[in-house]
Amino acid sequence: MTRREKVNTMKQSRLGSWIALVIGTLYFVVPLVGTFEFSLRMRRGEYSLDAYRSVFADSNFQDSFLYSCGMALATIFIGVLIVVPTAYWVQLRLRKLRPVIEFITLLPLVIPAIVIVFGYLRLYNSSSMIPLTAEVWSTDLLLALSYVTLALPYMYRAVDTGLRAIDVRTLTEAAENLGAGWTTILFKVILPNVRSAILSGAFLTFAIVIGEFTMASLLNRPAFGPYLQLVGANRAYEPSALAVMAFVLTWACMGLINVFGRAKQTKHAG
Amino acid sequence: MAFLELKEVRKSFAQNVVVQNFDLAVERGEFVSFLGPSGCGKTTTLRMVAGFELPSSGSIKIEGKDITHLRPNQRNVGMVFQSYALFPNMTVAENVAFGLKVAKWQASEVGPRVEEMLNIIKLPHLATRYPYQLSGGQQQRVALARALAVKPQVLLLDEPLSALDAKIRISLREEIRSLQRKLGITTIYVTHDQEEALSMSDRVVVMNEGRVDQVGVPFEIYNQPKTRFVANFVGTLSVLNGRAVDGSRVEIAGQTVAIGRGLGNAAAGAECAIALRPEVATLEGFGGQGATMNSADRAERNRLTGAIDDVAFLGSVIRIKVRIGNDLLSLDTFNNPGVTPPERGTPATVSFSPADVLVLEGK
Repeated sequence: MTRREKVNTMKQSRLGSWIALVIGTLYFVVPLVGTFEFSLRMRRGEYSLDAYRSVFADSNFQDSFLYSCGMALATIFIGVLIVVPTAYWVQLRLRKLRPVIEFITLLPLVIPAIVIVFGYLRLYNSSSMIPLTAEVWSTDLLLALSYVTLALPYMYRAVDTGLRAIDVRTLTEAAENLGAGWTTILFKVILPNVRSAILSGAFLTFAIVIGEFTMASLLNRPAFGPYLQLVGANRAYEPSALAVMAFVLTWACMGLINVFGRAKQTKHAG
Repeated sequence: MAFLELKEVRKSFAQNVVVQNFDLAVERGEFVSFLGPSGCGKTTTLRMVAGFELPSSGSIKIEGKDITHLRPNQRNVGMVFQSYALFPNMTVAENVAFGLKVAKWQASEVGPRVEEMLNIIKLPHLATRYPYQLSGGQQQRVALARALAVKPQVLLLDEPLSALDAKIRISLREEIRSLQRKLGITTIYVTHDQEEALSMSDRVVVMNEGRVDQVGVPFEIYNQPKTRFVANFVGTLSVLNGRAVDGSRVEIAGQTVAIGRGLGNAAAGAECAIALRPEVATLEGFGGQGATMNSADRAERNRLTGAIDDVAFLGSVIRIKVRIGNDLLSLDTFNNPGVTPPERGTPATVSFSPADVLVLEGK
């Protein structure tokens, strides 16, 4: 192949990449732009932010959003408490069990949320041995725990990746050798070194909880997901505004994951 | 009573026995190296002393106190790891202070102790740096300071220099040794580098396949190896196979060699092997040790004839391999700019003193 032929082939392959990129971008961006544009057309004949104003003025929006934020924080807290020690122990002592644990953490991706929530309702209904749905607080607890289950694949993987990036065994042994007990090792040595991984898992969890519908709806809790569905069914412009806001929120979470991921890379680059 | 005592220590993982019948008594302030190839059980033994592995049987005592079943954080044993194991989220000073804080030292005492340790390792100016901002050598010095800060009874070093480049390795091993002497701390040092073990240690424990092959001072290990493995592993050694003629002579490729130390109970005609260090043999007619001898010494020396098989020019030293029968005999001679090294294939006579011949036992 001559030099000119090689250059032509390279140009063609680059052109193909650009075309694929443009088509992909249009596929994702056009509906978004369309939704955003539609959300600005609430006022007849001109663009305005009326739909956004209307959403913000709605007390149900504020209540449901704050409720979901609270649930997200509770989910993250419980998730970290369960996942970090588990992933740490698997990495340290139970390496042979890793495939089993990974399989278990993947189950929420395979089993539909509706199946899980019906299982919960059968197990924890008000006339069962553990009547978690009998009280509001216990239903909230059940919802938070169900969110922990839903977010498990993401949280576990994020933490596990973080733990694999550090030499868990040697750091644990070094701390133990210096007299540290398990609590000190976990909170002073391991947790600070997987903080960015935990934050990644936390932001993913936050994004999942904010938009989750099935669990909250079937457990009859006033979360943001059911509110989005309700508004979507009854209003014209507000659902578009909410969709754009949810999109921005999700991407903000992704951006933060990136920021923390990069900060970690820079720290280890030396 | 020995300061650190390992008695019939054995460790197996399922059916695989990695350490067996390990007996060792280390005196207070002694520097002992575990030397051996990968998989010989030296690190496992060290980890049993540290408490990271539980012996399958046997006991470990420090100052007479049985620590075999104590948790690692209850042993007061400091350890330096091959991979440094500094806590990435802490500065140098915080790393050194970690053990002190865990041991609940008074806040007013922690600072001065950290400062003292950083001065000892000559890195007081790096107190606020993070581990990733340090070189490998600096990280290992910090790891050493961290291990020593809590004043452990025993210091364990697990191949601490193997991840460093050659120059830093040499300077750091001198630092470690002088620090150990200064503090008088009982130290166990694991290495597969014979030069490290021989140059640093009061005593060397040579390990092979989970067993102790020989324990002795470096001079003894090098000059009087007890087994064929020790002789081969420590230093370069040429093994010549032959048959016993009588209690003090061996026939090698049809030539008779006198042995200063004797062959023990070997019967005439029995197969046996002798060994020579490269520095004890001389190539006749090529200068070296033999050239400066008087005629009486010269007459007593063994002579083996063969042919030059290989000549390696190493700068100040020339390593020559002479084929004698089926075996190769290596010898080192100092480079002399006035003498050209012999060429391959030329006939050669090698001479050596009967006293320098090692008789090998075992495999």
